Amino acid sequence: MGAFLMPSLGADMEAGTLVEWLKQPGDMVHRGDIIAVVETEKGAIEVEIFENGQIAELLVQPGTKVPVGTTLAMITAEGEAPAPRPVQPIAPAPKPPVAAAPAPARVAKPMIPTARPRASPAARQIAAARGIDLGSLSGTGPDGAIVRADVLAAEGPRPAKTGIDLNQMRRAIAAAMARSKREIPHYYLTHSIDMSAAQDWLAAYNSTRLPDERLMLSTLLLKATALAVQDFPEFNGFNSADGYHPSSAIHVGMAIAIRAGGLAAPAIHDTATLPLPVLMTKMRDLVGRVRRGGFRASELTDATITVSSLGDRGVESLLPIIYPPQVAILGFGTVQRRPWVVDDTIAVRPVMTVTLAADHRASDGHRGALLLRAVEAQLQKPDML
Amino acid sequence: MTEQDFRALIIEEIGNIAPEADTSRLNDDADIREALDLDSMDVFNLVVALSKRLKMDIPDIDVPHMLTLSGGVTYLAERFKSHPA
Repeated sequence: MGAFLMPSLGADMEAGTLVEWLKQPGDMVHRGDIIAVVETEKGAIEVEIFENGQIAELLVQPGTKVPVGTTLAMITAEGEAPAPRPVQPIAPAPKPPVAAAPAPARVAKPMIPTARPRASPAARQIAAARGIDLGSLSGTGPDGAIVRADVLAAEGPRPAKTGIDLNQMRRAIAAAMARSKREIPHYYLTHSIDMSAAQDWLAAYNSTRLPDERLMLSTLLLKATALAVQDFPEFNGFNSADGYHPSSAIHVGMAIAIRAGGLAAPAIHDTATLPLPVLMTKMRDLVGRVRRGGFRASELTDATITVSSLGDRGVESLLPIIYPPQVAILGFGTVQRRPWVVDDTIAVRPVMTVTLAADHRASDGHRGALLLRAVEAQLQKPDML
Repeated sequence: MTEQDFRALIIEEIGNIAPEADTSRLNDDADIREALDLDSMDVFNLVVALSKRLKMDIPDIDVPHMLTLSGGVTYLAERFKSHPA
């Protein structure tokens, strides 16, 4: 018997609201299945399960906000007998804000005893979570009791299952970036790379292919980063209270801008092992889903290093901020035609700057410089990517 | 297909890629990337979509023609004549 918990979708997350169950008790589930939708500051996130089995019991009703680590459902492993329900962990006390503003004087609402409307526990929970007054509803349940459907009907149409709340996303970015600048001793290294080989190879590759089979320069940048960092474990992993933990897997996070404002950097799993056309397909899928608002929990939390690329309309260089608990991020500037010394003469070359921001607790500048050289080396032999 | 048809097609596909972009005030000669905040991936997807709709290849080397509405309309109309679906 396993417990399916409210996941931590980022270091700043303390609680989440269960929005919807996509499976019911008795349903068989398989590793990777999306079984629930959880609302967080990052928007509605689809949450996968990481074991095979059968849903034994759903313990949290939709609409309920619970702390990270709360058991949401019990899962019976294949061939196992059902077990008793677990004791719920006690909710952690909310942390005081870092710089607490003086608490505004609150006028306590007078407690006026009222007749308690008949309502099911689920209806009460949802009504409480969404601030709906049960007394204002009429019930359609047994003896006129208010049931879940009545509360949901009173609320009007449910918000779309997925979608981006840009205000929440802005708060999530603010929390993560403020924490990064507060806690992580960043150091920065910048290098300029001659992109002739990569651009020429890409143009030749694309010239013989139909539009949906082509690649973009950013595909090469992600792959080059993933291959280069294989030899530099001190840049690929996570920092935690007990120090730095390198990751054996390489999941490159891809910073994706959202037109109306906002940013997410979900992971592309096992980036180093993906052939370029597969990587390109995954990038297109991910960008589409981020902009529509449909990324998965594991994509948000699994990135082991991040790449931010300005694309073809950006500026010369980008000094990125590390996304905690990661320890490194690479910022690629826009490729620009520049004078470049080749064999003691000056030639015009497409030149791109790459900047590494790294956590000085996990690595030193000497190794960082070698990592940037390794990225450069990868981009000089694009046919090997 | 007339030039108006190609124009409508381009605007429709931009709308599919960037539903929040306001194409009603798009200047004919403006760079769509600047005017509508489209990035390289959006332009890539626009070319893929137009190529599928018209059932004809749009070679990578010709993609710069697609960066303005007027350029895209002229290019697609010309190419469609010699590569009818």
